[in-house]
Order: sequence, then structure tokens, then C-alpha cells
Amino acid sequence: MKPRSQWLLWAASLAVYGFLYVPLAVVVIFSFNDSTLNAEWVGFTLSWYRKLMTDGEMLRAAGNSVAIALLSSSVATVLGAMAGIAMHRYRFPWLPLLVLTPVAMPEILLGVSLLLFFRQVLDLTLGFFSILVAHITFSIGFVAVIVRARLAGMDEGIFEAARDLGATPWMTFRRVTLPLILPALVAGFLMSFTLSIDDFVITFFVAGVGVTTLPLQIYSMIKVAVTPEVNAVSTLLMALTLTLVIVATRVAPDIVRRGR
Amino acid sequence: MRGCSSVDERREEREVGGAGGWTRWIVTGPPVAFLLAFFLVPALIVVAASFREPGEFGGLVPLAAGFANALSLEAYRFLLGDLVYAEIFAISFLVALATTVICIAAAYPLAWLIARSPRRRRDLLVLLVILPFASNFLVRIYAWIMLLGPANLLYTPFAVIVGMVYVHLPFMVLPLYTNLEKHDPALLEAAQDLGANAWTRFWRVTFPLSLPGIYSGSALVFIPVLGMFAVPELLGGTGDILIGNLIKEQFLDNRDWPLGSALSIGLTIAVLAFAALAAAGARRGLKGTEAVS
Repeated sequence: MKPRSQWLLWAASLAVYGFLYVPLAVVVIFSFNDSTLNAEWVGFTLSWYRKLMTDGEMLRAAGNSVAIALLSSSVATVLGAMAGIAMHRYRFPWLPLLVLTPVAMPEILLGVSLLLFFRQVLDLTLGFFSILVAHITFSIGFVAVIVRARLAGMDEGIFEAARDLGATPWMTFRRVTLPLILPALVAGFLMSFTLSIDDFVITFFVAGVGVTTLPLQIYSMIKVAVTPEVNAVSTLLMALTLTLVIVATRVAPDIVRRGR
Repeated sequence: MRGCSSVDERREEREVGGAGGWTRWIVTGPPVAFLLAFFLVPALIVVAASFREPGEFGGLVPLAAGFANALSLEAYRFLLGDLVYAEIFAISFLVALATTVICIAAAYPLAWLIARSPRRRRDLLVLLVILPFASNFLVRIYAWIMLLGPANLLYTPFAVIVGMVYVHLPFMVLPLYTNLEKHDPALLEAAQDLGANAWTRFWRVTFPLSLPGIYSGSALVFIPVLGMFAVPELLGGTGDILIGNLIKEQFLDNRDWPLGSALSIGLTIAVLAFAALAAAGARRGLKGTEAVS
């Protein structure tokens, strides 16, 4: 490629990277700004973080988010792994459709259908349980895709060998399949944890009035006004998910890439 | 006893799927049961609810009121009778289209740069595209509230498009990069040897070959944008209403669930139509690739 077009390509790409990063950098920088207005830089402070630590509503929301994320990703990892193994091994033609449609469709549709189902059919009070079920539902597909990708790269011969040596299906699973798909399970768990702790749209519909999560809390804050406290909680949330993503890419680099 | 079965028998078991019939249902059963209960059944209930009438205090009119008014086309009659709804569907379609086109334009140079980079640098450049995704969806919208507010651009259609592009851009970069990475550089060299300039090489060789990547990226951008309600609600003005906002309004504010369900069905049909279109395009594109290579 000619130097001039190479230069243009770099310039355009840098502009796009800038578009991706500048807004987030502004959020982080202003979380340390000693001013209630997010307008100009005044001086460095940690007071917005201190304020966050004493905000009871915010802490409760954070607690709910973590509890729901831990529970939902645990269940979704088990169910998603089963779905992934089933998709890889049994090849029911309808199975990928059932497992992957919840991932592919607009979130709002899953949100309203669960709202209708919980309120109209089960006559359930919305809250912790309804959020938990909703999060498991949208996470299963992601775990299944990651587990299936891992199995697709495996030599089928090892499972055959285990059977030829007289292993029962359960023993084959425990001693061969499980250790092999373990990185995929860790990656799937981390991914559904991130999805759960970040989810806004579906949670918005199934949360009801009693229970709030971190994203719901942020939503109600930014609907009203722009305050540096939102910057501080955003920065902390960014640091958390960033750590999770980096751990996930370390545990299973090729799987995370193919799963996407 | 598994260990005693003959070789032939075992081979047959593997072909039908590993072990005996019961294992496959132990593995497949739980996730399928869960998804039937909490995905398929709720989806069918939305279909059913769209043919009901709203109850006096929100929700649906009870079935006990008699089977005479069990089913009704009222929600659809209402939806089709008022041009406002058709207009909002059209606007949503245009916003999704504009977002998709801008994403293609912004993603192309980036995807190309990554695909042309040395292998060692590629992973880092891809990671740099994914990382902003590690921040919460609302935080990414909030960033634009901060940036556009002082510039007096907040609560405008412009802000809505910027937000939509910002939230969905990586979905376009990744499939496009995956496609461009597979291109054979020899094709471009051949075009150059035959006298094609850079512009012709791009439009006649690279671009047509990248169409499958563009189609799958477009599906990943267009579909979520079509149902998005948070971006117009937080960045748009009072007039910037898309299908998603309409659905949210019916379910949470007006509590007209049949109308909300009918709107959801409308959105589903639009999404399915677009997904089918993108899949057909990707298939045709793939055939084109084979013909070229």
C-alpha cells in the first residue's frame, strides 16, 4: 500500500478510536473533579467516591446487583453448558433456535414478554426472583455458544477412547469432558456475570418497584441530573467489568474471541 | 452394562449421539425446560395478549368475563387505524438505517487497519475495540449527556444517532474485521498488475468480497437499534420517539398491554424480515466470494 493511503488509514482509525475512548475518559476524569458541575476542571478530589460509600440506596443496589449476578451466572453456566454440549453432540435442528433466539432478538421483547408472563400468568410480585430468572434466560445462550465453540475444537477420538476403555457416560463426563471444557465454563461464567451486572433494559421491565440494581439506580440518577457521583459509580463499574473481561481473555483467549 | 456391549453396538450409539437415549435427554432436558418456560411460553403469551382487550385497571380483561370477548382485534385495528404508529415505525427504520450506514463507514477503516496489521498487533487492536464495551451501557450514554449538554446538542435527533452509533459500533467492526482478515492479498496485487488504481481496487475487489461481513454486522447493529428505547429517552427530545419507547410506554405508563403486545409483534415481524434479508444477502455474498476465489 502507498504511504499516503497508509497514512490516511491510520488517521481515520485513530479518529474512530478517539470517538470510542474520549467520552469514557471524560467520565473518569470528571469523577475526580472538585466541583458539583461537570463543566470545567477545578481540582482533584476523592469526595465523590466517599459520598458514594455512604449512599445507602446505592450500596443496596450494588448488593442486589452482585447477588443477582452471582446466582444467575452460576445457574446459567450449568444450564448453558448442558445446552452447549447438547447442541454440539445431539444436533437437534430446533435446539440452536431455542437457545440462541433470546440472545439475538431485541432485549425489549424479552423484557416485556417476561413482564406479561410474571404479572398476568404467574401473578407474581416483581422483584429479586423475577430479575434472577430473566438474567438466567438471556445468559444461557452466551454460555452455550462458548462451550460449543470449545467442543468444536476437540478431537472426538478422546471421547471414543474413554468409552472404549469402558467408561460410563458419567465417568466420561467427569474425567474427560469436564476438565476439557473448564476454561469455557470459567469464561462463560465471567461473561454472564458481566452481562447480568450490566443489564439495564430487561431488568427495567421485570424489576417492579421494590428492588433496584446498580444500572437501574444509575438510570434514575441520570434521568434527573448530571452529577459527579454518577461519574464515580460509573468509573468503579468500569474498573470491575474491565477486570472481568481481562480475566476472561486470559483464561480462554481463543474461546472468547470465537464466542463473540 | 456399557462395558459389555459389542463394538458394533457401541459404534451405533456414537452415531445416534454418544450414549443411550436417556443421556441425551438428561443433558438436553433442563436447559430446554427452562427456556420453554421462560422464553417460548412468555413469547406466545405476548401473541395471545395482543388479541385481548385491556382490563379496567391495566393488564388484560379477565378471561372469566366470558368467551364472547375472549379474542379481539381491537389492538391491531387501533394500530393500523392511526397513521402515527406507521410513522413511528418508519422513523425507527430510518434511524436504524442511518446508524447502520454510519457504523459501516466508521468501522471500515478500523477493520481494514486491524486486518492489515502484523498478527502480534492485531489482538491488541481488537481488544481496544472491545474494551469500551466493558463499560456499562448507561455509562456510555451518560458520557454523551456530559459531552453534548454544554454544546447545546442534547435532546436532538443528532444526539440520538450519535448515541446509537456509539453503543453499537463494535458490533460492526468485529464481523467486518473477521471477513477482511481472510482476504487473499494476491487478489489486490493481481488487480494492481492489471492496472487498477487504489479506488478501483477497493470498489471492485475488496468491497464486494467484504459484503458477507457487512451483512452480518448490519444485522447485529440494525436489529438492536430498532428496539432501543433508552438512547432516545435519555439523549433525544420529547418528539424523538421510536418503536421501543412506544412499547415501553404501553407496558409501564399507559398499561395498555394488548396494544403494547401488538406493537411488540410488529417489532418482531420487522426484525425477522430484516434478519432474513441479511441472511439471504450473506449467502449470496458467500457465493460471490467462491466465484471470485
